[in-house]
Amino acid sequence: MQQALSSIERRQPRVKAALSTLEKKEERAAYLFLLPWLIGLVFLMAGPIIASVFISLMKWNFVTPPIWVGLGNYQRMFFDDPDFYRSMSVTLRYTLMSVPLYMVVGLALALLLNRKLRGMNFFRTILFMPSVIAGTAVAVLWSMLLNPDVGVVNQVLRFIGIANPPRWLSSNEWALPAYVLMGLWSIGGGVIIYLAGLQNIPPHLYEAAEIDGANSIQKFLFITLPMLTPTIFFTLITSLIGSFQVFDGAYVLNGRGARRGALLFYLLHLYNEGFRGARFGYASAMAWVLVILAAVVIVITFRTSERWVYYEADSGR
Amino acid sequence: MQLVRPRGYLPSYVYRGIKVITIAIEYLVLIALCGFVLMPIGWMFTVSLKPEGVPVFTIPPEWFPTRYWEWSNFVEALLTPTRPFLTYTLNTLVIFSGNVIGSLFSCSLVSFAFARMRFRGSAWWFNFLIITMLIPWQVLMIPQFLMFHKLGWYGTYLPLIVPAFFGNAFFIFLIRQYMRTIPRELDDAARIDGCNYLQIYWHIILPLCVPVLTVVVVFLFLGSWGDLLGPLIYLDNNKKFTVAIGLANFATRANPNNNQLMAANLIMMLPPMLIYFFAQDKLIGGISSVGLKG
Repeated sequence: MQQALSSIERRQPRVKAALSTLEKKEERAAYLFLLPWLIGLVFLMAGPIIASVFISLMKWNFVTPPIWVGLGNYQRMFFDDPDFYRSMSVTLRYTLMSVPLYMVVGLALALLLNRKLRGMNFFRTILFMPSVIAGTAVAVLWSMLLNPDVGVVNQVLRFIGIANPPRWLSSNEWALPAYVLMGLWSIGGGVIIYLAGLQNIPPHLYEAAEIDGANSIQKFLFITLPMLTPTIFFTLITSLIGSFQVFDGAYVLNGRGARRGALLFYLLHLYNEGFRGARFGYASAMAWVLVILAAVVIVITFRTSERWVYYEADSGR
Repeated sequence: MQLVRPRGYLPSYVYRGIKVITIAIEYLVLIALCGFVLMPIGWMFTVSLKPEGVPVFTIPPEWFPTRYWEWSNFVEALLTPTRPFLTYTLNTLVIFSGNVIGSLFSCSLVSFAFARMRFRGSAWWFNFLIITMLIPWQVLMIPQFLMFHKLGWYGTYLPLIVPAFFGNAFFIFLIRQYMRTIPRELDDAARIDGCNYLQIYWHIILPLCVPVLTVVVVFLFLGSWGDLLGPLIYLDNNKKFTVAIGLANFATRANPNNNQLMAANLIMMLPPMLIYFFAQDKLIGGISSVGLKG
C-alpha cells in the first residue's frame, strides 16, 4: 500500500488508439464487474458526503423539519461550545503523545522480534495476540487493572517504592496518559508491519556493510532506518488517522467513571451531540471540522515525506 | 570517521561474552514483555472464576486461578435474560455472515476487473479507490444514518450488512494485489476454450484466490466482532445487540458484578484469540502485505 499511496501522483501514459471490438467488449465487461463498487461510491460515499455539507448547515433533530442556519453550527462550535475545545485538546494531546510513542516502541519491539533467537515464533505469537482483541474488551480489562486504590498497576508501583502512584483514569492529568499506556498493551499490529518492513531489507546490504567494517549502530542508522522509511511513513499516516478516530475505549471508560471530560475524545463528543443529543446538523459540522483538520495534517505529512522517505523503486541509480 | 575496526583488537572471549550477555538480556526483555501481555489476561481469568463475595482485588494480585473454579459465572454471563451473551454472540455471527457473503462477492468482482481486465481509466479508477480509503468515515456516519433511518432500517441489521455488498476499498486492494500474481496464461487458455469473463472469474480465478479470501474473512470477523459504534448507532433492542455493545452496556452500568463482567470480557476476547492462533500465518501475512506490497 505504501507504494500505491506514493504512486497516486504519478501519471499514467495516455494511449489514444481506436479500440477493437474485442477491447470494447472487455471494457464494457470490466465496468459491469466494477458496478457494485461504483454504485456504493455514489450512494454510500458521494451522496452522503454532499448531503453532509448541507446537513452541517442545518439544525435538524430528525423529529421536526430541518431549519437552515447557515454557518450557525460552526459559529456555535467555535464560540459557544467549551466541550468542543476540550475534545479537540484531548484528541490533539493524544495524537502528540501516542503517535511518537507507539512508533518508537513499535520499531524497538520489531527490532527485538527480528533477532534470530530460539523460540522467537513463540514470543511473536504471544506479543501479537492482544492486537486482535477489540478495544471495548481492552478498555474493560484495563479499567480494572488501573483502579487507583486496589488495581494491579498501582500495587506494582507501590511495590517498587512509589508511595503515591497516579490516580490514572480518575485524575485529570493522568487519564490521558493512562489511555496511551493502555494502547501499548495492544501495540502488536503496528509491530507486524515494521517486522515485515525489516524482513524486506535485502541482506546483501548488511553483508556489504559488514565487509566495510560497520558496527551494529552504523548498520541501523545507515541501512535499516533509511530502508525502513516507507514503512515508517505508512505507519505514521495510519497512526495519525487512527488517533483522530478514537472511540470504543473512550466510550467504555467514560461510562466507567473516568474523570469527567478528561477522556472526551473528539469522536465521542460528536457521537454525544449527534446520536444522544439528536443534533445531527451540529454533529455533521463537527465531522467536517475533523475531516479538514485531518486532511491538513495528512497533506503536510505527505509534503514532508519527499524529504525523508526513500523509495528504492524511485531511484534509477 | 573510522569504519574499519580491526578484528581481534580484544581477546575473542570478550566478544563472545558480550554476545552471550546481549542474548540473555534479549530473552529477559522478551519474557518480561510476555508477562506484560499474559498477566492481565491471567488476572482476568482468575477473577472470572471467583464466586460472588470473594474479593476481586487481592494483595498481592492473583495471576492464575488456584482456589476458585466458579464456572457458573460464564454460564450466567451467557444466559442471563437481561444480558444474554449467547444471544449477543449469535447476533454478531449473523452480522458477520452477512458481511462475509457481501464482501466476498462484491470485492472479488471488483478486484477481478482491476487485476485482470484492460479498460480505459483503469489506473485512474484504481488511484481513486486508494484515495477513498483516506476519506474519514465520520463524515459519512450521519448522512448514512439518516438515509438508513429513512429506509426504515433503523433497529435492524441491514445498515450493518448491506454496505458490504458494495465493496470495501481495502479488501478490493488486498484481493487485487493477490490476483495480479496469478499467471495470465490461465485466462487466455480459458478464453480460447470459450469462457466468458464471468466464467473465468468464477471457475479459474476465484478458486485460486482462496488464501487471500481467507485473510479477508479473518479481517471481517475481527471487524464485525469488535465494532462498537455501528451497533451503538443502529441497534436499539437488547435482543438484537452484539457482543461489543452488550459488553459496553454491562461494563458501564453502576456497580456491575465484577466476576461476571470479567467472564463476559473473556467471552468477548476468546473468539478473536482462537482465530488468531489458528489463522496466525494468514493474519500476519495479511497485515504485512498491507504495509508492503503494492
